[in-house]
Amino acid sequence: MSFAEKLKNGNFLITSEVGPPKGVNIDKHLEEAETLKGKVDGFNVTDLQSSVMRLGSLVVCHLLAERGLEPIFQITCRDRNRLALQSDLLSAYILGIKNVLILTGDHPVLGDHPEAKPVFDLDSVSLLKVASTLAEGKDMKGNELDGKPEFCLGAVVNPGADPLQPQLIKMEKKIEVGAKFFQTQAVYDLGEFEEFMNKAEKFKVPILGGIVLLKSAGMAKYMNDKVAGVSVPERYIKMMREAKKGERAKVSIQIASELIKGMKNLCQGVHIMPLGWERYVPEVLKASELIKKEH
Amino acid sequence: MLITQIKPEEEILPKISLKRLFIIECPGCEEVYFPAEDVERFINRLKEEIIGRVSLDYLCNREFVKEYLRYYSKKIEEAEAVLVFSCGVGVQIVSSLLEDKPVYTACDTLYLKGFQGLRVQDFDCDQCGECYLNYTGGICPLTNCPKGLLNGACGGAKDGKCEVDPEADCAWILIYERLKKSGKLGILKKVLSPRNYQKIITESLSREEVKR
Repeated sequence: MSFAEKLKNGNFLITSEVGPPKGVNIDKHLEEAETLKGKVDGFNVTDLQSSVMRLGSLVVCHLLAERGLEPIFQITCRDRNRLALQSDLLSAYILGIKNVLILTGDHPVLGDHPEAKPVFDLDSVSLLKVASTLAEGKDMKGNELDGKPEFCLGAVVNPGADPLQPQLIKMEKKIEVGAKFFQTQAVYDLGEFEEFMNKAEKFKVPILGGIVLLKSAGMAKYMNDKVAGVSVPERYIKMMREAKKGERAKVSIQIASELIKGMKNLCQGVHIMPLGWERYVPEVLKASELIKKEH
Repeated sequence: MLITQIKPEEEILPKISLKRLFIIECPGCEEVYFPAEDVERFINRLKEEIIGRVSLDYLCNREFVKEYLRYYSKKIEEAEAVLVFSCGVGVQIVSSLLEDKPVYTACDTLYLKGFQGLRVQDFDCDQCGECYLNYTGGICPLTNCPKGLLNGACGGAKDGKCEVDPEADCAWILIYERLKKSGKLGILKKVLSPRNYQKIITESLSREEVKR
């Protein structure tokens, strides 16, 4: 069953993430993804995450699809104008990639080429609208396409944003122009997440709660200081600080599974962002009692 | 010192309450170009709903405008909205001084190559030729958001500060707060179309007024 069909059926969905390398050695990433075959419903492939130049999302999506894994093509507005974005969406469809997650993208000054020209010709809302228009057989200027692509479009939302209301307004706009699912920024505070879900429930669009595996107490503190809408509670920071060096991964898995178990009754799925710790995802799923039957 | 042109009526009128308007015009750049006749025609049609009208040279001078707005504060208080005929600089100055009042622009500011004099960016107008200020509480997202987003915050702001410059306020949070204050949050729900870059590439160059 495809990701889009599972969405329609209302299955509890699990997605993981593949971060393309800076370079061309991709084998390790593909092997790690293959260990999750049958265990997750889709793999987001990030698009020059954090504005760092890397191998592209589209080609890695293609390599995953070739191996029978279901990719979710992340596409940002940072690097391409409206011509290139539309063209890449058509290319994705030709390669059998239908799931697309549309984001604005980080600003180039945050990455490793801060001198780059920021494009942002479209934004996440207008690009979603354009993708929906392509699926109706027209480009954004209304010109007929020779053959229609099909997409399952997703978007992101930050449940910890302060103030939250503008996020909810933007979320509603994204739904209006075609978003069929949402993945969220990392969640560490289930109380806050529940409040968000109470407000977002009325939109009736599946929401996959975001899980980022903590690697150290330092990483948690860094996120609290620098990342918008993320607040790791002191309790988790303490757990990570007190973990012996060889046991950090174990503690991190324990924290992630506690959060996932808490989310099961709140939202429609989880999106795990392992950030280099892909090898631990099977254990996270096991500890969260989310191991799916092979199919 | 900027070139303005009046917006199409159908673009302004549905958005603003037609009741009790206070009009502010700025013919400060008249020597260059101010669409005086268009303004007169437009205002004539709205005549019955206008409760006050003032013409102030150089709305880009904040201190000067502040004093005048204080002088007219009683009339402005009675108005449902303030409609400004000026470049994007003037509109943003007026709207920043009247935070609780909906302030709308009736004009688009056109791109002028080889711009001399005041630096526009000091005053937050990008001369985009399709002024968005009526949708954004009088705060320009093109010049105040480093991504120039038109449909709301990117989600990267931390404690109200921009991800690109932690010293700078997130323009979209300011826009949200301004619209909330004036009871116009509903405007944020509208999906805005992407910018038309032809307005700065070709249209401004072919304008008759500029050629003259």
